[in-house]
Amino acid sequence: MLIELRHISKIYHVGEIDIPALGDVSLDIARGDFLAIMGASGSGKSTLLNVLGCLDQPSGGEYWLDGQEVGGLNSDALARVRNRKMGFVFQNFNLLTRTSALENVELPLYYGVPSTREERRRKALALLTRLGLGDRIHHHPSQLSGGQQQRVAIARALVNDPPLILADEPTGNLDSRSGDDIMRIFKELNEEGITLVMVTHEPDIAACAKRTIHMRDGAVV
Amino acid sequence: MITVVTFRIAMRALRRNKGRSLLTTLGIIIGIAAVIAVVAVGQGASVSMKEQISTMGSNLVMIFPGSQHTGGFRGGAGTQQNLTAEDGEAILRECHYVAAMTPIVRSGAQVIYHENDWSTSIQGIGTGYLPVRNWDLADGEPFSENDMHTAVRVCILGQTVVDQLFAGEDAVGKTIRIRNMVFRVVGVLTRKGSAAFGQDQDDTILVPWTTTRRVLQNSPFNNVNQLLLGLTSMDMLAQARAEITGILRQRHRLAPDAEDDFMVMDMTEITQMITKVSSMMTMLLTVIASISLIVGGIGIMNIMLVSVTERTREIGLRMAVGARRRDILLQFLVEAVALAGAGGVLGILLGIGAALTVSHLNHWPVLVSPGAILLALSFSAGVGVFFGFYPAWRAARLSPIESLRHE
Repeated sequence: MLIELRHISKIYHVGEIDIPALGDVSLDIARGDFLAIMGASGSGKSTLLNVLGCLDQPSGGEYWLDGQEVGGLNSDALARVRNRKMGFVFQNFNLLTRTSALENVELPLYYGVPSTREERRRKALALLTRLGLGDRIHHHPSQLSGGQQQRVAIARALVNDPPLILADEPTGNLDSRSGDDIMRIFKELNEEGITLVMVTHEPDIAACAKRTIHMRDGAVV
Repeated sequence: MITVVTFRIAMRALRRNKGRSLLTTLGIIIGIAAVIAVVAVGQGASVSMKEQISTMGSNLVMIFPGSQHTGGFRGGAGTQQNLTAEDGEAILRECHYVAAMTPIVRSGAQVIYHENDWSTSIQGIGTGYLPVRNWDLADGEPFSENDMHTAVRVCILGQTVVDQLFAGEDAVGKTIRIRNMVFRVVGVLTRKGSAAFGQDQDDTILVPWTTTRRVLQNSPFNNVNQLLLGLTSMDMLAQARAEITGILRQRHRLAPDAEDDFMVMDMTEITQMITKVSSMMTMLLTVIASISLIVGGIGIMNIMLVSVTERTREIGLRMAVGARRRDILLQFLVEAVALAGAGGVLGILLGIGAALTVSHLNHWPVLVSPGAILLALSFSAGVGVFFGFYPAWRAARLSPIESLRHE
């Protein structure tokens, strides 16, 4: 198992009121799985993805990632886990503006194991070429289409060779053709053994995944 | 390794915003440039003043008569002023540390040679003047003791006067007219340049002091404007001053509780005065510099705070891909220090440029000291750390989820 969630809960404290976002979620995700998480807004699917992505700490329960309990790690150790174990793909791409595609892809390498300029360049270039952007490496995000920007973001997520990719509505800002392109890339990556967890509310996007779970009121149904 | 990478990230972020980066550092640039320029001009002036003081002669002690109204006693019967050439001779005779002495009587006049005329200062001097002032003759002979006793009409010209009256002609042996009286030129002084306070030392005519008193001023008295003494050594300055004061008090018959009716000054006092003025200037500049650096620093802090807000998403993303809080803190801190440091470097260059321009236009001496440059650099970097820390800390404290959601 790559991911084992045991009785994970998450409660937000807003002033005096406690708002439960996740209540007792247990979930296993095997290596090589491709999981789609569906649910209405407020169902807790984003919170679950944030917990999986080590961006948010669960209030209770255990989270085992790749054999390591990450629930109790400090922020430096979590940053390290995010850097080595996973890549993020966002709905709005989150690329650095006025920065070339190449440099955007190199970004996670700056925070990983020390690498030379040539190594960083070589890795980023290889990934961009593979994703069909070999002729766009010096373009800034504003000079790229939505689909191209999302492919840059996928290259960035892959640059540290993580076992896990977390995607939050990856096709939400794309037209259907670009969306299909992205899903084809995801399937290809999945076939190579990368585990994918994707949040979406579009059934035909979720259909690309191997399995789908639905969430309601902070619980898996 | 980490710091090199952090530095590279920060540099990249600054380069993405070149125009704003430059504007942000403008405060620091102007502050540092102003300080470098003014310190360079100030130090140049101070050094050249000290150099010029040394051209006045070495081991100098000057004695001036005291204020006419506050002096307790007057000199011998019939004198209007209390400092006489005889005082000077007594000091030369009795004080162990005085090697040479000259009285000085100041006057001024229009001097004429053929169709040329020139208004200049006349200094009545004794035979000790040239050794005391450490001044040589370019041509001719110095005055003799006999010239002094008989008040003959002879003169020695400074180079400026020679230039104005003779324009290349040989002056020695010619006669010039001073206040319509004929004086024979017996010597010409070497060129000395301008003095500490800017007056042209070569624009002068020397005549025997007795001639000045009796012939030019038509006075029977022996009082003088100044006594100029050359000491055997500056090491004995304190003892020499004590002896001189003792001799003069005795000769002027001052009661033990009476104040001196003369003033003794030496070059150390003038040097000290210049040092005092320049250290006051330096203090003033430091205050101004500090204020401008604080203002510049606040500018940097403002822009860094704006930058942190603008780049919240970027911060969130960096955290998501593995940046630790420390990396974010360092990135923004390095950006602030780099802004301030670059401002410092540009300011130093601009300041040196301004100082050189000023010196070129006004012929002022300038001195750009490595100390001032080092201080300016470390100060601006310090400003960067101090004012950059708060924005950087704010950035590092952001939550990655909130930041990624930030619009």
